[in-house]
Amino acid sequence: MPPVNRFWGKLSWAAIPFDSPFPMFASAAVALIIVGVFAWVVIKGHLPYVWREWITSVDHKRVGVMYVVLALVMLLRGFIDAAMMRAQQAMALNGPGYLPPEHYDQIFSSHGTIMIFFVAMPFVIGLMNFVVPLQIGARDVAFPTLNSVSFWLTATGALLVNISLFIGEFARTGWIVYPPLSELAYSPGVGVDYYLWSLQISGVGTLLTGVNFVTTLLKGRAPGMELWRMPMFCWTALASNLLIVAAFPVLTATLAMLILDRYMGFHFFTNEAGGNVMMFMNLIWAWGHPEVYILILPAFGIFSEVIATFSSRALFGYRSMVAATMGICVLAFTVWLHHFFTMGAGANVNAVFGILSTVIAVPTGVKVFNWLFTIYGGRVRYNVPILWSIGFMVTFLIGGMTGVLLALPPVDFLVHNSLFLVAHFHNVIIGGVVFGLFAGYTYWFPKAFGFRLHEGLGKAAFWFWTIGFYLAFMPLYVLGFLGMTRRMQQYDVPAWQPWLIAAAAGAGLIAIGTGFLVAQLYYSIRHRDALRDKSGDPWDGRTLEWSTSSPPPSYNFAVLPAVSCLDAYWVEKQNAGNNPEARRLSDYAAVEVPRNTATGIICAFFATLMGFALIWHIWWLAALGGVGAFATFVVFAWRDHVEDEIPAEELARMDGLDRMARGRGFDQGLPS
Amino acid sequence: MPVDCHSALTAPWTCHEGLLDPQGPVSAAEISILIDASLVMAAIIVPTILATFAFAWWFRASNPHAKYRPDFSYSGRIELVVWSIPVMVILLLGGVSWIGSHRLDPATPIESLVVPLEVQVVSLDWKWLFLYPSQGMASVNLVVVPAGTPVHFKLTSASVLSAFFVPQLGSMIYTMNGMTTQLNLLADRPGAYRGMSSHFNGDGFSNMHFTLSAVEPAQFAAWVAQARQEGPVLDAASYRTLSRQSINVAPYTFRAADAELFGEIVMQTLPPGPGPEPSRLLNVSPRIGGDDAAR
Repeated sequence: MPPVNRFWGKLSWAAIPFDSPFPMFASAAVALIIVGVFAWVVIKGHLPYVWREWITSVDHKRVGVMYVVLALVMLLRGFIDAAMMRAQQAMALNGPGYLPPEHYDQIFSSHGTIMIFFVAMPFVIGLMNFVVPLQIGARDVAFPTLNSVSFWLTATGALLVNISLFIGEFARTGWIVYPPLSELAYSPGVGVDYYLWSLQISGVGTLLTGVNFVTTLLKGRAPGMELWRMPMFCWTALASNLLIVAAFPVLTATLAMLILDRYMGFHFFTNEAGGNVMMFMNLIWAWGHPEVYILILPAFGIFSEVIATFSSRALFGYRSMVAATMGICVLAFTVWLHHFFTMGAGANVNAVFGILSTVIAVPTGVKVFNWLFTIYGGRVRYNVPILWSIGFMVTFLIGGMTGVLLALPPVDFLVHNSLFLVAHFHNVIIGGVVFGLFAGYTYWFPKAFGFRLHEGLGKAAFWFWTIGFYLAFMPLYVLGFLGMTRRMQQYDVPAWQPWLIAAAAGAGLIAIGTGFLVAQLYYSIRHRDALRDKSGDPWDGRTLEWSTSSPPPSYNFAVLPAVSCLDAYWVEKQNAGNNPEARRLSDYAAVEVPRNTATGIICAFFATLMGFALIWHIWWLAALGGVGAFATFVVFAWRDHVEDEIPAEELARMDGLDRMARGRGFDQGLPS
Repeated sequence: MPVDCHSALTAPWTCHEGLLDPQGPVSAAEISILIDASLVMAAIIVPTILATFAFAWWFRASNPHAKYRPDFSYSGRIELVVWSIPVMVILLLGGVSWIGSHRLDPATPIESLVVPLEVQVVSLDWKWLFLYPSQGMASVNLVVVPAGTPVHFKLTSASVLSAFFVPQLGSMIYTMNGMTTQLNLLADRPGAYRGMSSHFNGDGFSNMHFTLSAVEPAQFAAWVAQARQEGPVLDAASYRTLSRQSINVAPYTFRAADAELFGEIVMQTLPPGPGPEPSRLLNVSPRIGGDDAAR
């Protein structure tokens, strides 16, 4: 163990893995890309634009896009981890493969951590950011600056995880850091500390997002937008954010206890002095199970929007869907024990939690049937988003079935912790959450940027991802039956190897699919003029986000929509066609838009310093970071000029131009 | 006929070393619940998947024969059906869950006329210690039991959370320091069954195997008699050495074991395993090769 330096804490040159080629090469590549992108931005003179319009923006649409960009970048990182794991297991029969355990263990830990916290979460939150205010007819979220702070704190967490690649190590404990393995006695390195501080910091951001969106959804809706007129995605976003508000403090408290154990000699979860691992399991899963519904519910919302829109008809069973969503929201907190049936808690405890877990299949099953009946009687247009949706319906049914199997305690006793379990949760997370996010990404992309994504490349990505998914994960179900447990760095059963090679081939297909996604984005940006959508409504949409221009103005709606029914925009189009009522100057009222602020990024800068310093025990720097972040908030709170006003005349002029450009009829008597 | 799954010549699809070749009443009952529940759910899920494809194909926009019903958004009858189907399935499976959880609870003794064999299990970094309190001896990475005799395992961990699992006999269970869990298993017939840690527990995890060898009762008695003639003695001092981190420890036996040892581990009178020790850190990696220092 290197000596602890008074100034640099535990940090020394020994922390840089000069002797391992993989992390050195990877971090060199990442550093090169970051420097390259930054240099390109500066040389091309884009820096002021990026600073003004993106980094300091508090516009929910910009923040949402930045969340999605973060998620897509981290998806590549998490996927490289996955590919390395599949390659290792494909070759590690009776031998060490190419990754020693101390490296392999970091890879599966960072894969899980990154995919859940820095891919799925920011992607979901990014889409909610972009879509929710538009769908409820609001001008922004309730607390725009807080929103920007949330994003930058999430980015801080992601940055810290990636710094661990180059300086020190990441956790070698799995993505749920079960003590006592994660305690100081068994994990003396900084890996677990990287995990703890990146999740604590990004967790604050997530909790603030939850508060922000619950408030926005409950208090920020347009006139006439009653709860029962909210689009399905908004309902699922409400459920998801309620879960965030209820569950994330549990995560924060649990990790804080582990931090106290590791830093201050407490004994919450240690072997000694009455510490108890069972308490950790209960607490972490009291957050962990709601977490999967935090991810999947918005995905369900996306499918509801996409299936209704591309079937050109109303969602079947809207009230049923809302009931099912809110039912899942409540039930999510009653099932956590099914993550450790094998702890030996006793027959009654296992049976009760087993039955409660299977009960969740009821509202989920209802949702699938309702999507099915939405397609029934529709006119289905096969664009990319609905391909992901139908792929989801089929895949998710299989994942749901294996989930119910795992919820039966006697079955769980056999397949818990096996590759069957790994196959199950990838089945629902990829087949559910990721497919949903890709559907949403393709669906709302033209709204965000004013041009569509290329259709053919998107379809290619869909097919490679879907077939690759089945090839990668169906063998893992088989391996579970063959008795293979998860997280094995090597094994000695030849019968497993063919299935692992098949799974690696599946990962290869997913890699090609991911390549098509990258190519689609690149091609679409290069050919954006050909893919341009001037109407603002490229899919013949049903909800309010399609009633404004693409991209929407910073204030979203020149005149707040008055809502009188479900699917408000669809009904308006049915009634008025493309010639909505003319607007008069008196319809417009001045709008106050929040001013840009660098609070978020400055706060995140100090939080990064603080997190890094706490990981390495550099106490003076930790104090500096903490004080700096707090001072940033104080300075922000004391500023006088918080909003800019757009006068009614200006609003009317811009709206007139916009409506003319979109062919939505002339407005009379307006200054042009 | 058991197939040798460790031979490179064995075709993967003929190999049944896993769950689908149960060798005891516990695993047989669990696998039959798994199969029955799968069939019940498949009866719902397969038609639903087929209906998804059928609806998606028939109601394509280019099909002029499909009836377009843009405002068909509520039907009480359909709602009743779509809520009833999953409710009925879950009612059925809930019953299975309740009965199965009680009958197959790991702590529930197996009904048998034979007196159960007591075995105490300690998971160490990274090997398994088996103590035979009635026989007064112990073994590492090998547990021999008589076939047809129920075995009552009491389990604990010397260090981190692990899980004891013999796939062909069923029911894994966690081992935790400072606590005991219980597990009842029975092997129907003689055979060597693969055992493992089925919960990740650190860098030596992948190599933490053991063999559960079920033998004829007479053979078991002979094995015990022989084991009590040879090998070291397991006492507090040798246990401390054993509790240090090591991997790939070849199976061996102790001719005698301190009768109080298991209780002292559980009560932490004997301290938990030391975890990584700076001077021994490199020995963890199988890249360097196995480490027999603990012997």
